[in-house]
Amino acid sequence: MLRTVKTWAALTALCGLALTPLCGGAAAGENKTLKVGFVYVSPVGDEGWSYAHDQGRKAIDAMPGVETTFMESVPEGPDSERAFLNMARKGYDVIVGTSFGYMDSMEKVAGQFPKTTFMHCSGYKTHENMTAYFGRMYQARYLTGMVAGSMTRKNEIGYVAAFPIPEVIRGINAFTLGARAVNPDARVRVVWTRTWYSPDDEKKAAESLLDVGVDVIAQHQDSAGPQEAAEARGVYSVGYNTDMSAVAPGAHLTSAVWRWEDFYKNFIAKVQAGEWKNGNFWYGLDSGLVGIAPYGAMVPQEVRDRVDAARQDIIDGSLVVFAGPVRDQDGRTRIAEGALPEDSALLGMDWFVEGVLGTTK
Amino acid sequence: MTGFRVVGRDAPLPLGWKSFAILLTALAFAFFVCSMLLLVQGKSPWTALVLLLQGGFGGRYPLEDTLLKAIPLFLCSAGVSIAFRMKVWNIGAEGQFALGGVGATAAVLLLPPDAPAWIMLPSMMLGAALSGGLWGFLPGLLKLRFGLNEIISTLMLNYIGIELMRYLVYGPWKAPSSMGFPMTAMFPASAIFPSLFGRTHAGLLLCVVTALALAAFLSRTRLGFELRAAGENPRNARYARIPYGFLLLFVLTLSGALAGLAGCVEVSSTFNRLQPNLCTGYGYTAIVVAWLSRLRISSIAFFSFFLAGLKVGVENLQIELQVPAAFGGILEGFILLCVLAGQFFHHYRLVRAGAQQEGETA
Repeated sequence: MLRTVKTWAALTALCGLALTPLCGGAAAGENKTLKVGFVYVSPVGDEGWSYAHDQGRKAIDAMPGVETTFMESVPEGPDSERAFLNMARKGYDVIVGTSFGYMDSMEKVAGQFPKTTFMHCSGYKTHENMTAYFGRMYQARYLTGMVAGSMTRKNEIGYVAAFPIPEVIRGINAFTLGARAVNPDARVRVVWTRTWYSPDDEKKAAESLLDVGVDVIAQHQDSAGPQEAAEARGVYSVGYNTDMSAVAPGAHLTSAVWRWEDFYKNFIAKVQAGEWKNGNFWYGLDSGLVGIAPYGAMVPQEVRDRVDAARQDIIDGSLVVFAGPVRDQDGRTRIAEGALPEDSALLGMDWFVEGVLGTTK
Repeated sequence: MTGFRVVGRDAPLPLGWKSFAILLTALAFAFFVCSMLLLVQGKSPWTALVLLLQGGFGGRYPLEDTLLKAIPLFLCSAGVSIAFRMKVWNIGAEGQFALGGVGATAAVLLLPPDAPAWIMLPSMMLGAALSGGLWGFLPGLLKLRFGLNEIISTLMLNYIGIELMRYLVYGPWKAPSSMGFPMTAMFPASAIFPSLFGRTHAGLLLCVVTALALAAFLSRTRLGFELRAAGENPRNARYARIPYGFLLLFVLTLSGALAGLAGCVEVSSTFNRLQPNLCTGYGYTAIVVAWLSRLRISSIAFFSFFLAGLKVGVENLQIELQVPAAFGGILEGFILLCVLAGQFFHHYRLVRAGAQQEGETA
């Protein structure tokens, strides 16, 4: 579907270009370079979250009529407000912020610059000229959970996680549901690092999990620190954000990955064509925005087949992650038998499913 | 032998053209070293310098951004400088700042949301000063009772303070409307510092009042004098019946209260709520500012503004030249090193070896 939209948008853009000379001087302003600024919370060299977005930025930078810039390591709060303000004042047409904590500052700035298009990733607030966008990473998490659940021998999987916010909790829950779908005895042990990007802390957290006996390491961080720990101890790992096989060639089962290139290209094409409508978007596996990295050599064919089949089922809609019954850690039914999860419940998720060892506080 | 000798000055160089020239030379040297880094990346250092200054100080908006960033920095730095004057090394401004945010938020949550600003704002400031002050008082008490080194205890309390703040926003203070995200509800309008002009808020007035009050306190009051004397020589101070224990507690509490006020200003006027990313290192940069300014209040105002301007200006380099964010940290570090090294010449001077001998024989 995305591809159709893309082609269509590209065609419209072409028509627009072709028509420009006919319209004369009035439309000349429409043809100017589109300036796009990205604001990241961590350095683009992190091999993780910001790196994945920056791949998307590079993809649109290569598009004709587009010019991009970025600011990295911008803390959430007043510093991000200044970053958005500066870009807006410098005449950037599109400003993209990719951290949850940018939401309030972006909303403030969006109100002052009605002609600028603002894009906020991972939040929930929108504005006439501000879009909230994100991907249903939990679907990819479910698949990686299936791989991890099949590969663990001790039935204990470690999960190094940044902050107990809904996005991360949702990922841990989906991962656990996936692991237990193939291995009902599997349990997932969670450690909070309370940092997005601190490779050393993340590595140490993974080591502490390995010390209590887990034999697969999964993670929700911005670096590949946990993968390094797994590689050093000779155990399996599941990466996040990007294909982390290069960091941990011997340990890498797969990764839950973001592929922002097509999303951003499609979006920019629409902006260029003057067709972009702001709103709240949450794209799943079917869009290609989220997915899983190629399997490591150690993953047996039967596991691959099973996970690939589940992937197809999620895309078809015959498998819905978080379809009831889902019980929480205390055995209480949170999503009833036969019920499908509401998006609002997923977006505000603050409880762990059965099988997770840890606390959401 | 031709060469230079280092000779001590009779008195430290007073503020004036000479010390200003030393500062400029140090800055020029720091920028020269960083230019090399830019040249290696194939960027023009001259363009970079212009962009840096434009971004930090060139025009109404940059100046406003710089001023906004300088406000919390000034309050924290004024706080630590008071302790440093007595040679009490409070490096806990970051935690005291966090606690200030907590205290101010507690006041907002305790008061009815429709309370008028003249009740709300003073209560928030009081809450912040009390909680920040408590975070300064504790290490003072530990030092007095158990001889615990305040460098260790203030540093450790930073972590405890920040974790406490996080516990509150992840737990009991998390707003039901926040979709599970860690933050309190948005403050009512009466709990937000009014704007003076543009985005500049009344926190600036708080800085001015603080600066005047501290200057008067240090130069005009007996306590201010005793504080300096106690710092110069604790043993003599005790002999002169200066109440060292009281002063220690007083200084650390005041220091913490000022950092706490900075926290109050930040949650109130820039965040409009308490959220865990309140702490971005003002408390640590404050120590740098205090050292650069040799603990003088007027210089603290200058260096707070200057460092804030650099931090803001470096962002312009990122947008325009795609210089990595880490370059900002390197530039800042070099400037600090060079300016501190330059201060060597406030206490010593170089004399040509030959000239000195002539002087001695004469």
